[in-house]
Amino acid sequence: MVNWGYTITRVRRVDIDSNDMSYSRKLLAEFPELQSCIACGSCTATCTAGNLTKFNVRKLQTLVRRGEYEGVRKELEKCMLCGKCRLVCPRGINIRGLVQKLKKELPVK
Amino acid sequence: MSKKVIIIGGGVAGMQAAVTLEELGIRSVIIEKEDGLGGKLRRWDRLFPTMTPAEEVLDELKDRVQRSGVEVMTSCEVSEIGCEGRMVTLKDGSSLESDAVVVASGFDLFPAELKEEYGYKIYDNVFTTVDLERMFRNGGVRTVDGRIPKTVAFLHCVGSRDEKVNQRHCSRVCCITGVKQAIEIKQEHPDTEVYSFYMDMRMFGPGYEELYRQAQQEFNIHFVRGRISEASQTIDHRIQIKAEDTLIGLPLKMTVDMLVLIVGMKAGESNLRWSRCQGVDLYPSSFVKPKNLFLGGVESDSKHIFYAGTVTAPKNIGESIDEGIAAAHRVAQRLKEE
Repeated sequence: MVNWGYTITRVRRVDIDSNDMSYSRKLLAEFPELQSCIACGSCTATCTAGNLTKFNVRKLQTLVRRGEYEGVRKELEKCMLCGKCRLVCPRGINIRGLVQKLKKELPVK
Repeated sequence: MSKKVIIIGGGVAGMQAAVTLEELGIRSVIIEKEDGLGGKLRRWDRLFPTMTPAEEVLDELKDRVQRSGVEVMTSCEVSEIGCEGRMVTLKDGSSLESDAVVVASGFDLFPAELKEEYGYKIYDNVFTTVDLERMFRNGGVRTVDGRIPKTVAFLHCVGSRDEKVNQRHCSRVCCITGVKQAIEIKQEHPDTEVYSFYMDMRMFGPGYEELYRQAQQEFNIHFVRGRISEASQTIDHRIQIKAEDTLIGLPLKMTVDMLVLIVGMKAGESNLRWSRCQGVDLYPSSFVKPKNLFLGGVESDSKHIFYAGTVTAPKNIGESIDEGIAAAHRVAQRLKEE
């Protein structure tokens, strides 16, 4: 077949209807404090990894909650588990614990 | 002859102003355009943040009015305030003399159909917060064809902070109303997924932030920061919505069984009529501008015109009732001076 050099652009939109929300639901059931995140960004501001790389734990957990898991597991490898995020969180979310949980449960993709 | 004060509007602020005036020995007349006292509260089911039944507050206020012997004129509308508060003209052309006027004419609800992109009154399953209160009162939240909704989306700031519909102000109380109603839906249908799309969450009152947190943590309501840009009806009469999840920076799409538009408070239509009277000024938002935001919140620049409640700005029930008390005391002071 002739390769014309065209591709179909992948839709980058989050589609709640077609995303597999089952892990998101399970996570929120087991870790309800996650819903109380007000996206202040303190965790990312203080993050050791975040200051050296594009690692953004605030954004990653939101992606997981919306059923967007791709690439998250790999991204989480940047975390050094220092736990400063947990110390600064005004909502008292155990972010370090969340990272460990996600690393255990999310597929490596 | 004893002094007489006219209260324009028989909502919570007007009722309390009248009652307090009677307590201070001043006769008052409430002029209410609808067929009964209570104003907007008559259409509400439960009140934030305590989930107190609206009737509890309303019945108590009505009781106070009845006990104090305030004269109440219902189905009667004031068309103009004359002589700087020394008389009012009614819609039927007659006029009433008074020693002072307390304007407690309240607010109007933002007509959600003006935001055509959300399809209110076009699509079947788009509702407002007011519709939802009616459903709570009438036995439960259902879609148009009587089903329990499996997914519900709330949209905050409909007719608030929106230049496109000339409503630049923040209506304050709608954020917490949305949180309250989202919780009520979860209480009624625990398996329903509730999403709330917001621009900012403004939890200004005691217990509000706590309720918001409860909504997040206990009721698992999904708060998405991003304003819905448009809604459209699917072939099975569900509503497809588009927004940006601004916290991850990606556009988002989902289909819900029900879209609830959290409508804001708009300045009362009658404010324009009051502004024809000398000493009554309006903000660009058309809410009435009190004499002084810090020291004269219930006063006007006219000696005999006073304000109470949402005629001057969006307020909650407690604040409006307190302003009724404040206005009454100011009136009494002024009449004593004369």
